[in-house]
Amino acid sequence: MMEVLLIKLVLAGIVFFAALNLAGFHTWVERKQSALIQDRIGANRADIFGFRLLGTLHGVADVIKMFSKEDIVPARADKTLHTLAPFFSVFFALAAFAVIPFGDRLILGDRVIELQVAKIDAALLYIFAMLSLEAYGVILAGFASRNNYAILGGLRATAQLISYEIALGFSVLGVIMVYGTMDLAELVRAQGRMIGGWLPLWGIVTQPVAFVVFVTAALAETRRLPFDLPEGESEIIGYFVEYSGMKFGMFFLTDFLETIVVASLSTTLFFGGWQIPYLMPDGFHFPWGGVLLVPNLIYVLLGVASFSIKGLTFCFVFMQLRWTLPRFRYDQLMSLGWKGLFPIAVVNIVVTAVALVFFGKAS
Amino acid sequence: MAVKVVRRRELTFWEKLYIPQILWGLKITFTHFFRNLFLHTAHRLGRFKSFPASVTIQYPEELRPLMSRFRSRHRLTLRDDGAPRCVGCMLCETVCPAKCITIVPGEHPDPNIEKYPVRFDIDLGVCVYCGYCVEVCPEDAIRMDTGILDVAAYSREDMRLDIHELMDPGLRKPISHCNLTFPHKCELTGGKMKGSWDTPCP
Repeated sequence: MMEVLLIKLVLAGIVFFAALNLAGFHTWVERKQSALIQDRIGANRADIFGFRLLGTLHGVADVIKMFSKEDIVPARADKTLHTLAPFFSVFFALAAFAVIPFGDRLILGDRVIELQVAKIDAALLYIFAMLSLEAYGVILAGFASRNNYAILGGLRATAQLISYEIALGFSVLGVIMVYGTMDLAELVRAQGRMIGGWLPLWGIVTQPVAFVVFVTAALAETRRLPFDLPEGESEIIGYFVEYSGMKFGMFFLTDFLETIVVASLSTTLFFGGWQIPYLMPDGFHFPWGGVLLVPNLIYVLLGVASFSIKGLTFCFVFMQLRWTLPRFRYDQLMSLGWKGLFPIAVVNIVVTAVALVFFGKAS
Repeated sequence: MAVKVVRRRELTFWEKLYIPQILWGLKITFTHFFRNLFLHTAHRLGRFKSFPASVTIQYPEELRPLMSRFRSRHRLTLRDDGAPRCVGCMLCETVCPAKCITIVPGEHPDPNIEKYPVRFDIDLGVCVYCGYCVEVCPEDAIRMDTGILDVAAYSREDMRLDIHELMDPGLRKPISHCNLTFPHKCELTGGKMKGSWDTPCP
């Protein structure tokens, strides 16, 4: 019993370590990538003993700054909720990582370890629940600040998250129908088979439309550009006006964490998670007949690497999108959500259902 | 008043789809991203230095090239023996529209030179950098070619430059080893003129 607990703790530690560090690293990526896109150099001044390390130390400097700043709670704000809101956000963003499978079964001696913190049958539902609850942090922040601008930001967040959650859920339905499971580990395993022996049966192959809808809605879920209506630091004032110090930092961290959740979720649902084409549990089976056997440990590590690379690529693309697109206007946002994504997702479900009747379930 | 009706162009079907337009935008940002990434890497390896990877000028280390007629902080030119060329004719003080120049002239022992400035102060907090003092000077004694742009001080008093600082562009207060006896012969404290003309600093 203790060993099982220990294994789970180690797994949770790995996931937390990776997610939090990647979120911290995102500040650097954000600075440098935007700089490169805009022909600038980007933050490069913070140094330790003269070593600047391409500006990576600015993240550290940020953290020190945020922890040492004065933490202001407005006099008329609801102190409990005001303090609780950022913790709410970060907690649920981190909790969402629990069901992401980042590798195949690892066999250590006679023990089989699932590389997934929590094995839940309805993992997808769990993730959506966490993502929705995470929005409560935002709404609470806007509400508890007792600031007109903050509450308007919170309202925008509510409207946006509710309308995009539906498109998000409906787009994933198609995937669930094709693979016949809501368990993310099983879903990834189901994506390992081939069509005609050479094309991997990834979600992007079976559900390309759902992928586009999902990524759009998921980007809205992360509240970053082009869907950063709740925040809009520079022009329309967002829900965290009244936050300072590390509480503000936590909202910032939540944004990055959500980006990573969405990136890993997109990888899991549509790009085969830890699958590598032609890599079966015992080794590579190429369609032209070559077979290259690999031991279990290497196989699992390759899977983890594959998952990480895909996830990082998604993070990179999301960041690129964030620095490419301007912000949507409020009515444009709503009409895109309700009149664009939602009908497409519904039609996609119908088409998928018809196709499944004719071609049979993939599982 | 005539009313002009401006019709917005109707979006085409492909534009309304968003996705091609998003891809078009991504193409632009990706082009910039990878070009600059390549150039930055190449610069580190000492290649392609002639293609700039960014438009940034790293300010304190690197100065924007100045035009040769750019008016920067003043300086007093020196004779060969290190004394100021100024003859205390008061023309610059008279012409100054901001009244920021204060000159106290004194008798020069050399009969060939009429006067010399005992004090020559410019209050940079008041100066408007019009350059009239330079134009009016008959002796070419004052110039605005130091290339110093970052004039800053913690108090208004510190914005006043005295004759030592004007003679030695690199000098800032306090002046300890420079006595005020005649003639003002400042040992230049290694002060170089900042900035450059028409070519950027290395």
